[in-house]
Amino acid sequence: MSNITSTPGTELVPGTDPSRPAKSAGRKPDVKREINAFSGMAHIALVAWAVVTAGPLIWVLLASFKSNTEIFLGRPFALPEHFSFDTYFSAWGEAHIGRYFVNSLIVVVFSTAGTMLFGSMAAYVLARYKFPGNRAVYYLFVSGLAFPTFMALAPLFYILKSVGLLGTFTGLVLVYIAYSLPFTIFFLAAFFKSLPYEIEEAATVDGASHVRKFFQIMMPMARSGLVSITIFNIVGQWNQYLLPVVIMSGPGSDSKLLLTQGIAQISVSAGYHAEWSTLFAALTLSILPMIIVYAIFQRQIQAGLTAGAVK
Amino acid sequence: MRHGKYPFIIGFLVVPVALYTIFVVWAYIQAFYLSVYEWSGLGPLENFVGLGNFRKLWDDNLFWQSLRHNLFLLILLPLITIVIALVFAFLLNVGGGHRGGVTRGVWGSKAYRIIFFFPQLLALAIIAVIFGRVFGPDKSGMINGLFPDSWTPWLFLADERWAMACILIVLIWQAVGFYVVLFSAGMGSISTDIYEAAALDGASRVTLFFRITVPLLWSTIQVSWVYLGIAAFDAFALVNIMTVDRGGPNGASSVLSLMIYRNAFEFSQAGYASALGVVLFFLTLTFAALTLRVTRREAVEA
Repeated sequence: MSNITSTPGTELVPGTDPSRPAKSAGRKPDVKREINAFSGMAHIALVAWAVVTAGPLIWVLLASFKSNTEIFLGRPFALPEHFSFDTYFSAWGEAHIGRYFVNSLIVVVFSTAGTMLFGSMAAYVLARYKFPGNRAVYYLFVSGLAFPTFMALAPLFYILKSVGLLGTFTGLVLVYIAYSLPFTIFFLAAFFKSLPYEIEEAATVDGASHVRKFFQIMMPMARSGLVSITIFNIVGQWNQYLLPVVIMSGPGSDSKLLLTQGIAQISVSAGYHAEWSTLFAALTLSILPMIIVYAIFQRQIQAGLTAGAVK
Repeated sequence: MRHGKYPFIIGFLVVPVALYTIFVVWAYIQAFYLSVYEWSGLGPLENFVGLGNFRKLWDDNLFWQSLRHNLFLLILLPLITIVIALVFAFLLNVGGGHRGGVTRGVWGSKAYRIIFFFPQLLALAIIAVIFGRVFGPDKSGMINGLFPDSWTPWLFLADERWAMACILIVLIWQAVGFYVVLFSAGMGSISTDIYEAAALDGASRVTLFFRITVPLLWSTIQVSWVYLGIAAFDAFALVNIMTVDRGGPNGASSVLSLMIYRNAFEFSQAGYASALGVVLFFLTLTFAALTLRVTRREAVEA
């Protein structure tokens, strides 16, 4: 997994045996030209996709500084006439982006922490202890991967209603944890299984308790797997839209909307009041933190998000 | 193991199992149970209709329309995404020719990968809002803004013929980068010796791609196909936020997930929504089983 972001070619250089450069030095010139043409076309295609990817995001940033009139003039990539952060203040304050952001943050902190704690506890026990019913519990969790969340929406709503957790952060956090467990356990159980048994046995001989072995020996040993799956869960839960729409609904939930819901709502009201620049500022405010976090942790994020599919 | 093993096991399992049973297992069981009742979501559950909900579904035009849209996504989303991602991953990893005897990626491949991957980090809900404006049907939309002033603005999402195509484009836009990174990781583990040997035998890049890269990545491609197919059954955030009239115009962008949501929470048809959910479950399962079966071939060891 560590080689996801590095170019494989450069990585293999140290292992190259010295006889090889001689071969490529003897390459005929027309082959080289073919390669240059190919490489040129490759660059055109790649640049085109990079533009397609970044274009809409740059456009959002530019439009966030424009007035409605400017936005409706066309010329989407023209620079705004003047830069002012007024739209940002109104997005943060009047449109409540700040509050939605904090709501999302609170929910994700607790739900990811809970997912990781309970997920790794269950995965550890299921991966390394023999007891009757072990496989049954494991398959109960893993079978959750096969079911579409949509199927459970209506029942889930009534379950939460009956226990009085509808429209509460607690309810949302518990549901996030429950729905993140199948993948987390599936991934971590495989990981815990792959760790060596010797150190654990030595600790047992030294009289360490089961709980202590888990927190002080296994968790540190499983660090790389835990990091990957933590990132996976943070991103997944931060971006969740369906569950909050179902759970954070009804009277009094307006102030408890999460960022994804909030943005969707601002987009609807922007349509009514023609406050497009506020919408663009709100979008920029919600994208910017992702860019910053991505800039710092891009290797870990790419590894974490692709970890599930690689296994 | 020493004594005290069972209290420990139970202690570690009780919370996760309880949470999972209450909110996930119980909810899925109830979905099956509710699907044979006509129930608005309020009051006691007494109007047992057997397969009535499924019969109603069979006669529901919107259901068939939505199913067609899901199938449209199911076929085209994996196909187009995987082809684009494979080509880009190939260019990034082996597009740069040989230097010092090593096949390498094109210059700047790391930067490309970083840019391509970013949309994967954004919530579909946010992407839906962005593209709702990108596809704006007047000059304020990004694409219409790029067109010359003399053109009549395109309607995009407001045009029944193109609404689903717009959704497909957005899904592809988001997914490609992820699969480029995924396939790149797979290609990184293919020994460069194989490429070297084939290149020395005079194999062209096209041959390398079809004879070496694709076969050796087959299992990753298979998994990707299943993942993208499951995404094609979702698309809820996009349709709910981005489309005209949510699923419109005239049902032209309705999908099963939106139907389930609206029946459960807006039309007071919780029983019917659950029946739709059961259908969705069997569709997903059939799709996954079919994909794995149809695409099965001998694994090639790198």
